[in-house]
Amino acid sequence: MELISSTLNIDFVGIRKWAFAISGGLVLLSIVSLVTLGLNFGLDFAGGAVMQLRFPGPAPIADIRTALGEIGMGSAVIQEFGSPQEILIRLHQEKQGSDGEASKVAQKIVDAVSPLVDKGQEGKVEVRRFEFVGPQVGHELTINGIRAVIFSWLAILVYVGFRFEFRFALGAVLALVHDVLITLGFFSVTQKEFSLVVVAAVLTLIGYSINDTIVVFDRIRDETKRLRQHSLAVVINEAINRTLSRTIITSLTVVLVLLALFFYGGEVIHDFALTLLLGVVVGTWSSIYVASPIVLALENRRLAKARQSEN
Amino acid sequence: MRQFPLWKTIVSVMIVLISILYSLPTLMGGVPTWWPSFLPAKMVYRGLDLQGGLYLLLHVQTDKAVEQAAENLVDEIRISLRKGKLRYQSIKRQGMDAVEIKLPSDVSKADVTKQLKEDFRTAKIEEIPDGLRMQLTATEVAELRKFAVDQSIQTIRSRIDQFGVSEPSLQKQGEDRILLQLPGLNDPSRAKTLIGRTARLEFKLVDEKGDVAAALAGTIPADDQLLYEERGARKGQKAARYPLLLKKRAALTGDLLTDARVNFDQNGESLVSITFNHQGARKFAQLTGEHVGERMAIVLDDKVYSAPVLREKIEGGRAQITGNFTPDDAHDLAIVLRAGALPAPVVILEERTVGPTLGSDSIHQGVVSSLLGGFLVIVFMGIYYKGLGMLANVAVMFNIFILMAVLAALQAALTVPGIAGIVLLIGMAVDANVLIIERIREELRLGKSPMAAIDQGYAKAFMTILDSNLTTLVTAIILFQFGTGPVKGFAVTLTIGLVASMFTSITLTRMMLYYILRNRRVQSLSL
Repeated sequence: MELISSTLNIDFVGIRKWAFAISGGLVLLSIVSLVTLGLNFGLDFAGGAVMQLRFPGPAPIADIRTALGEIGMGSAVIQEFGSPQEILIRLHQEKQGSDGEASKVAQKIVDAVSPLVDKGQEGKVEVRRFEFVGPQVGHELTINGIRAVIFSWLAILVYVGFRFEFRFALGAVLALVHDVLITLGFFSVTQKEFSLVVVAAVLTLIGYSINDTIVVFDRIRDETKRLRQHSLAVVINEAINRTLSRTIITSLTVVLVLLALFFYGGEVIHDFALTLLLGVVVGTWSSIYVASPIVLALENRRLAKARQSEN
Repeated sequence: MRQFPLWKTIVSVMIVLISILYSLPTLMGGVPTWWPSFLPAKMVYRGLDLQGGLYLLLHVQTDKAVEQAAENLVDEIRISLRKGKLRYQSIKRQGMDAVEIKLPSDVSKADVTKQLKEDFRTAKIEEIPDGLRMQLTATEVAELRKFAVDQSIQTIRSRIDQFGVSEPSLQKQGEDRILLQLPGLNDPSRAKTLIGRTARLEFKLVDEKGDVAAALAGTIPADDQLLYEERGARKGQKAARYPLLLKKRAALTGDLLTDARVNFDQNGESLVSITFNHQGARKFAQLTGEHVGERMAIVLDDKVYSAPVLREKIEGGRAQITGNFTPDDAHDLAIVLRAGALPAPVVILEERTVGPTLGSDSIHQGVVSSLLGGFLVIVFMGIYYKGLGMLANVAVMFNIFILMAVLAALQAALTVPGIAGIVLLIGMAVDANVLIIERIREELRLGKSPMAAIDQGYAKAFMTILDSNLTTLVTAIILFQFGTGPVKGFAVTLTIGLVASMFTSITLTRMMLYYILRNRRVQSLSL
């Protein structure tokens, strides 16, 4: 079976101005949104407490709200989680009380909520999960996340620079910056919660996207030997066209497993899968339309300079 | 087709067989009874988020330990000056690690310095306008801090051991942090209270002459402190707080205990009876003898549990702590008293509690999504690449075996994101085979024979696979370095899986192809 024709010859390089415009627009939009709206930092980074409770029957959310109000936790956000029996209670950092209080919060909530279980129902309120992150740790996790992303860029810059040439390294890393910015932009625009698991997904996406880019670069290196007389533009076009089938098939298999995770992986993995689904699309796009065209643009500039100095 | 060397075959088959052996206990969900004892029996270790449990990051407030040392210094200086018959106006702790001694104008600073130098050889003493200032040295402070953390770890470990947790893990993190992981816990909030309690037991005399009303209004005598006794916190009754004016200096402390046990009084109420060591018993007898008729408060972490009137001198070194305890409360209090006090208070910086049912739900979801993801990929590869696609599928299956085996052998924790990593790996691991098969297709199109196409396909794809996998590996390793807890588990599975996939997708498929095709005249390939 063949989805992508082996004789396919799309002029990817020819339409790079359009591709740059689209990518540039998205990146710009992302930056604007990140600056104005910012990210909706979850517990891991903003600090605070989250508690997941399961009731034997449908959770009486209104009563729970009243009960929490009575113990001075009226600002807590309560929402249904997965099923009508489960709720998620979020407390923000400032409502957390002093350091010593934090550990008692969980018990206080359970004590306040437990009496709400209907008399007719068997069982009791079950604490499925309780997470508390202090402000200091939240700050450290943020710094660590930013560092991890930047270090991965640097490491890739060095590795690709070493294995290929510096222009390739620059193209690869700019493509990654593009991927990360657009992913963050998506989280900013939708104001979806940004958690530690999402950071893991962003780093995985970096791994996936660079994988894709390297396959194209490798092919460019190969084709340069074969098509010695041709310009870099022709070589790049050939490399992208010849690897396109692989690019699409691999993306498809990854999308298949991500869909399985998205629908059946559970609440924690849901956002992880969503980030990567977006990441596969953006990463594949950037490998084709951002990384190699940047290499070409750098090459053209070099040639133009060389010509100038000759004159 | 190029020869596949025999030694490579042997090594590859060995790797696969050993991996299957190591992964079987996990995949079967336990070691069966007929499993011979010489075979590996380790299962993959489930992280806290999969088996449920408590993850705590604690901060030891070492500042408080330093303050306490300075407070102790105040007492020692007082004793030293009395011994030297030197008068003073006041001795007070200043800041965290210094003590200021105010002297009357007719007392010579030089004399006092001489006396102090005799008793505190290493002390740093300097003159201030109306007295002297003694400061703990930097090495002393560093030593105090280190000791506070080490001692805290030891104390917490002994508390947990007595509480009974199957596989607790306690690690020092950085300079003043303790990372605590307690898997499979039924009552995390109880464990938390047990761990976090400072458990400083003190016996303090009640200042019978002191004016409680004035103290409540804000004027507390210099050597006294105002603490509260909570009483009557029984069912249906609100707890009442009774203020008590106590002598600040503890007459006796809990470090002189040898034992603490749960007991019951004549009404069946739980109480904790404590036994002092020899020195403690003597002090206790002396203390109770000297203050018959006065009240003595039993104070735990600045909360008064009771303040009974001393009726007679108590010999034998035994005492009881009462306070409306539930049996669990009394049991836990006995544990912390036996294990000793924490040298400094601890504060929870980060806590993650996962209930056991959530853990098993996560495993279930992980299994479902893995099976579904795997099934989709296998079907897709089989349809799209036919024979060679199925070969890639077999390779992915072995990849999972190897991953499971390494996880079991290393006892690295498998977490919820870790399972996601495995599922993701199923999708990414076929990439190497996609690259190879696409290359073989290209070579075939150029008119090469099937065998030559296979050789060329593998040879040309190899560099690409190496480069692309190594860069992905770089990000996985960085994730491992910077990630915490569950995310680290994800990085571990991804790293092991990537390395294993290089072996399964390149070497194993090549080997299988070789043995399938070597004795045939192949006209066309199934792809």
